[in-house]
Amino acid sequence: MTVGQLIKSFTLWEFVKAHWLTLKYFFKPKATINYPFEKNPLSPRFRGEHALRRYPNGEERCIACKLCEAICPAQAITIEAAPRDDGSRRTTRYDIDMTKCIYCGFCQEACPVDAIVEGPNLEYATETREELLYDKAKLLANGDKWERAIAANLEADAPYR
Amino acid sequence: MTGFFQNLGMSYEWAWFVSTICGILLIALPLMLAVAMIIYVDRKIWASMALRRGPNVVGPFGLLQSFADGLKVFLQETIVPSAANKGLFLIAPIVTFTLALLSWAVIPFNSGAILADINIGLLYILAISSLGVYGTIMAGWASNSKYPFFSAMRASAQMISYEVSIGFILICVVLWAGTFNINDIVWAQKGHVFGIINGFVANPLLFPMWVMFLISSLAETQRAPFDLTEAESELVAGYQTEYSSMAFAAYWLGEYANVLLMCALNATLFWGGWLPPLDIPVLYLVPGFVWFLLKVFFFFFVFSWIKATVPRYRYDQLMRLGWKVFLPVSLLFVVIVSGYLMATGHFQ
Repeated sequence: MTVGQLIKSFTLWEFVKAHWLTLKYFFKPKATINYPFEKNPLSPRFRGEHALRRYPNGEERCIACKLCEAICPAQAITIEAAPRDDGSRRTTRYDIDMTKCIYCGFCQEACPVDAIVEGPNLEYATETREELLYDKAKLLANGDKWERAIAANLEADAPYR
Repeated sequence: MTGFFQNLGMSYEWAWFVSTICGILLIALPLMLAVAMIIYVDRKIWASMALRRGPNVVGPFGLLQSFADGLKVFLQETIVPSAANKGLFLIAPIVTFTLALLSWAVIPFNSGAILADINIGLLYILAISSLGVYGTIMAGWASNSKYPFFSAMRASAQMISYEVSIGFILICVVLWAGTFNINDIVWAQKGHVFGIINGFVANPLLFPMWVMFLISSLAETQRAPFDLTEAESELVAGYQTEYSSMAFAAYWLGEYANVLLMCALNATLFWGGWLPPLDIPVLYLVPGFVWFLLKVFFFFFVFSWIKATVPRYRYDQLMRLGWKVFLPVSLLFVVIVSGYLMATGHFQ
């Protein structure tokens, strides 16, 4: 041990330096945001809670092609389809198990009619697991609720696709 | 205060009894409140140093966070493990909590504002802080679980090793002050250096003692970087692992009361207690307890600051520091200080 090291160790030099550093950080502005009251900006491509969209006339977009069900790597989507009274092919059942979903966004990429999309909502925590097993009614309700935000995001992202 | 109650028509014995009870409440209740607030301050300081915000939702600026936590803990179920020794298990937090409060009896808040102005105040503090290890080791043993037991072993070894060097450090202070009475130790620091600076810390012979005392008091209260009794990555929560509800809260209160006590001791023994930092008449216009609380808070900030900065020591490093660095150095300083005092005729 050299004399320099000895002096450093007895004057606790490294500690003094470290404490000076943390003291400087003490007076710096905070890096975190005040979350429930402030929120970070989200990209238009953000993949959050799913929604089933409708056309402006109220007709649901989904045509039960089952491409989303086929591509889903987590096999979270379950679809059953039958002809409706007016003869058009529609889903009778459209379930997403949100506890299986990995939010990869393949379903919205696969969808030929932009029916299933992942919206900007990320605050849908529930108290029970069952509430996360979404059915068609819930997904359509999400679509109605988030349509404006989803449409704006799709439009903002369109030039890059 | 005894005189006040005597004037109300009580006999001396009753007046003494009532005034002592009042004194205890006057110290213990604000202390509990201070502990609650200091936990909040602690969390805020760590948060700021990590560029976070810390608790800021409960009450204005999150000031009521500790009370919310206390209420939550109070409403929880007290779980006593079936394999635990029930009696010891439930007594242990009470022991820790009581001992944490006991030492405050001899801390002077202002000139003469002291619950028990005894001549052996410092010895009393040493005795109580040595007893403090019992709460920990009883908890570790009574839990009948391996991690609390390991933690209790570590805690007792750690507290015992650092108490040795704390003893030698305090001997230096006592030699210089010439008394064990804490109030008189504070008076001895008046104008200690150049007749203007109050406090032993400015004395070049006692300054290294203060640095060692600060580090030893961190080890004594099991604060970072010596918090390996509750090293959460190895020992879950240390000796508190099996505790829940109010027993757990009692440990927290006791721990922080101990931390505050060590801050108060740092302030009292080395930084002039309730004396202002400089021996200038203008500064005496500020009441003594304000200076005392300011110093205690400053030391609490230092404790949190250290916790936010340094990583945890390994167990062998802790033992090495205690026995192979602090013990010989403090022993050396006892010799140097007493030699210096003898040579300069301090004892005549």
